[in-house]
Amino acid sequence: MMTLEYLQNYWWLLISVLGGILVFLLFVQGGQSMLLFTGSADRRNLIANSMGRKWELTFTTLVVFGGAFFASFPLFYSTSFGGAYWLWILILFSFVVQAVSYEYRRKKGNLYGTRFYDLLLFINGVVGCVLLGVAVSMFFFGAEFTVARGNLLDAQAPVISTWAPTHGFEAIFNWKNLVLGVAVLFLARTLACLYMMNNIKEDVSFFRTLKNGVLVNGVIFLIFFLWFLTMVLLAPGLTVTTGEYGYTASVETTEYFYFFNYLHLWWALVALLLGVVMVLYALIRSIVANHYTKGIWWGGFGVFLVVCSLFWVAGYGGGAYYPSLLDPMSSLTLRNSSSSEFTLTAMSYVSIIIPFVLGYIWYAWASMDRRKLTPDELKEDGHKY
Amino acid sequence: MDDLMTVVDWSRAQFALTAIYHWLFVPLTLGLSVIVAIMESIYLKTKSEKWLAATKFWMTLFGINFAIGVATGIILEFEFGTNWSNYSWFVGDIFGAPLAIEGLLAFFMESTFVAVMFFGWNKVSPRFHLASTWLTAIGASISALWILVANAWMQYPVGMEFDPAQMRNVMDNFWALFSGMAVNKFLHATLSGWALSGVFVIGVSCWMLWKKRNTEFAIRSIKVGAWVGLAGLLLTMWTGDGSAVEVTRTQPMKLAAMEGLYKGSKSQSIVAMGLVNPDKTWDNTEDEYLFEVSVPYGLSILAKHDPNAFVPGISDIIEGFDINEAGDTINTVSYAERIARGKAAHEALRDFDKARAAGDKALENDARARLKADYPYFGYGYFESVDEAIPPVAMTFYSFRIMVILGSYFLAFYILVLLAVYWDKLPIERTRWLQLLAIVSVPFMWVCSEAGWVVAEVGRQPWTVQDLLPTRAAISSIPSSSVITTFWLFAAIFTLLLIAEVSIMMRQISKRSSTNLETANL
Repeated sequence: MMTLEYLQNYWWLLISVLGGILVFLLFVQGGQSMLLFTGSADRRNLIANSMGRKWELTFTTLVVFGGAFFASFPLFYSTSFGGAYWLWILILFSFVVQAVSYEYRRKKGNLYGTRFYDLLLFINGVVGCVLLGVAVSMFFFGAEFTVARGNLLDAQAPVISTWAPTHGFEAIFNWKNLVLGVAVLFLARTLACLYMMNNIKEDVSFFRTLKNGVLVNGVIFLIFFLWFLTMVLLAPGLTVTTGEYGYTASVETTEYFYFFNYLHLWWALVALLLGVVMVLYALIRSIVANHYTKGIWWGGFGVFLVVCSLFWVAGYGGGAYYPSLLDPMSSLTLRNSSSSEFTLTAMSYVSIIIPFVLGYIWYAWASMDRRKLTPDELKEDGHKY
Repeated sequence: MDDLMTVVDWSRAQFALTAIYHWLFVPLTLGLSVIVAIMESIYLKTKSEKWLAATKFWMTLFGINFAIGVATGIILEFEFGTNWSNYSWFVGDIFGAPLAIEGLLAFFMESTFVAVMFFGWNKVSPRFHLASTWLTAIGASISALWILVANAWMQYPVGMEFDPAQMRNVMDNFWALFSGMAVNKFLHATLSGWALSGVFVIGVSCWMLWKKRNTEFAIRSIKVGAWVGLAGLLLTMWTGDGSAVEVTRTQPMKLAAMEGLYKGSKSQSIVAMGLVNPDKTWDNTEDEYLFEVSVPYGLSILAKHDPNAFVPGISDIIEGFDINEAGDTINTVSYAERIARGKAAHEALRDFDKARAAGDKALENDARARLKADYPYFGYGYFESVDEAIPPVAMTFYSFRIMVILGSYFLAFYILVLLAVYWDKLPIERTRWLQLLAIVSVPFMWVCSEAGWVVAEVGRQPWTVQDLLPTRAAISSIPSSSVITTFWLFAAIFTLLLIAEVSIMMRQISKRSSTNLETANL
């Protein structure tokens, strides 16, 4: 029997999975962030063609992530997107300019030149990663909003969610959020290096450059990620009691909430530790071994597990996954922000096709990547970026 | 919250800007993907290099267009949250589902197989490649299906009930989303993409004929484009007729605005061409038109498939006047009464909320019952005057005529082109005026297509969700200065990218058509 609570948990699980896949696929943005400062045009083209054949998957995952949030937790969609306006608009802007840049960058008649489109890809690579990190960080450190559903009946200001007057800039310039933003950026760059080690076959010097990239970016990522994780484990959280109709009955602040929640949700802790170990294995083996190319899979799956575990510890365990800094009673929980039982049930039936979708993506990916990308391939006729 | 109407107007402008730009690219994606898939199917059957060359040529143009369509599409989805946050909560339980399903079923299909389509020629088998091309086309159409189901639901909200405890609508029948309105809208919009793409393919091919380049290639492309386009246009017209009937039934005010009709009658004529009188209001005696050319019985036939039927005008609807199929005068609910009952629904909801907070079940039940009785008019409770419930008449009226007149022109155009392709006495490769006509016609197909959306969306005003949520109550709590800034930001970037797209498209056409397009070495 699928109760509303069960369905809310199930959909949070799916959101977590989509979030994990999205962060893994950000290797595309990581590659883009390197494009502008890669000296040789041939190398830039090689990177663009390696990343460019996967950009739509990242883009689509972001769209589906947003769509799934809309369908399953509409109060989050309504509150966060309408409130942290500038944060989301800047993320969107960065993805808009990405979508055309691969296709246009080397086409005759593109008016603004290849470097302009590479600049747009760079903007998406950096801004997209950092701001997505900022957005996720608010799941732990909160945001400045209130929710009052009765406002619906106020003819002069009929808006149920209101936000701080800075509308997202306060979140962008919050150093705690930026710590995760920077971590995500360098994670994406690390994954990009690992992916290109697997996907591109060029000379030894390029492989060595990528190995160095794994080392430098990986170390920076680890520093910032551990910093973020420490802050999360030491941070207070909100323990919420749910009342009638899913409304919040009471809220109390709990010290070291996420630390204790990890102990309580032992499987989330296992996922976190396993994920960290896998990422470390991917980094170390890719750096130390002479020619190890499978790091992207170990690292990618590890990242997926870590991101899932962060979502789980934010949403499960009786806490608020989107704490309000202005009015704790307005904080969003799985119970007070979800769609109805009917909609979640209907959507759950639709979600049965997810393994099929993942299956054909995997099949197409494997078919396309069976042969590694080489500089010679870019000299052949055919579609290229 | 500052200046409510400024925020509403700029939010509307931003959404309209994004939607208009998005729709510049989407119909070409919908139609060209099918044309490319047909060409590749012929190639796989005939193994002829000529068809492979044709496939690759049009696929290149498809790719240039596809990218910018994707770029503008992402904004639309997220703007429901950024600019219409109240809407996202009020109906998110219903509206969010089609969007999520669109992503899951369609976007992943498109994004996975479009990469195989572009880069997989030498990496996957020919059959897998063809399947990928078709799946890209099918994915685009499935995407259109879900977003149009969502759009149709806004015009004709069904399959839900209002939950006063949560202060939002909740879905109670998923399959109701596939209403007659939704099916018509999907077919109408998607097939219009075929019609548009046919004109595009013919126009580009005629440019080659004009330049005396790759004649055989051009004629081959024209044949596919013209047949796909004609089929699309005929089906668009058929579903357009269905849409008119649906609009009459579910959005009579929109139909009246499309026609600029204030006082309806039996055997109502339709204005083929005319100028609406800007001084006309629903409650004055001014003439409706400054000038008009009418077709007798036209509107009655269009709206109700009955030449003698009564079609109400704007004033009739406001006053609650109608004549049913039996010819009896009936009273519908006047707009003054709708406003009063809408306000009563608001009051009942307020009472319910107080009772819920106090834990008073008896009062809750009483308020719930009152609310249920008046809920169909909930949205009218936000209005102070019936004038607020009338859509912009002139824009709806003129857009409808632009769409219909251009649509009719393109029907004649397709017939003429097919004649020129198959009839020896009018050979298209030597008929210079027809080649020029085809080239000049291309932008007008976009005007026709966009005009259709203006009719649908401007005619829907002042509603975001018909009768339940006016646009002014659907917005986010953001300052107008923020929306104005992002409006101009997106206007600038979309325009820069559109200029680049057109430039690249023209260079590609020019460059590739100057090579031999009878072989596949593109």
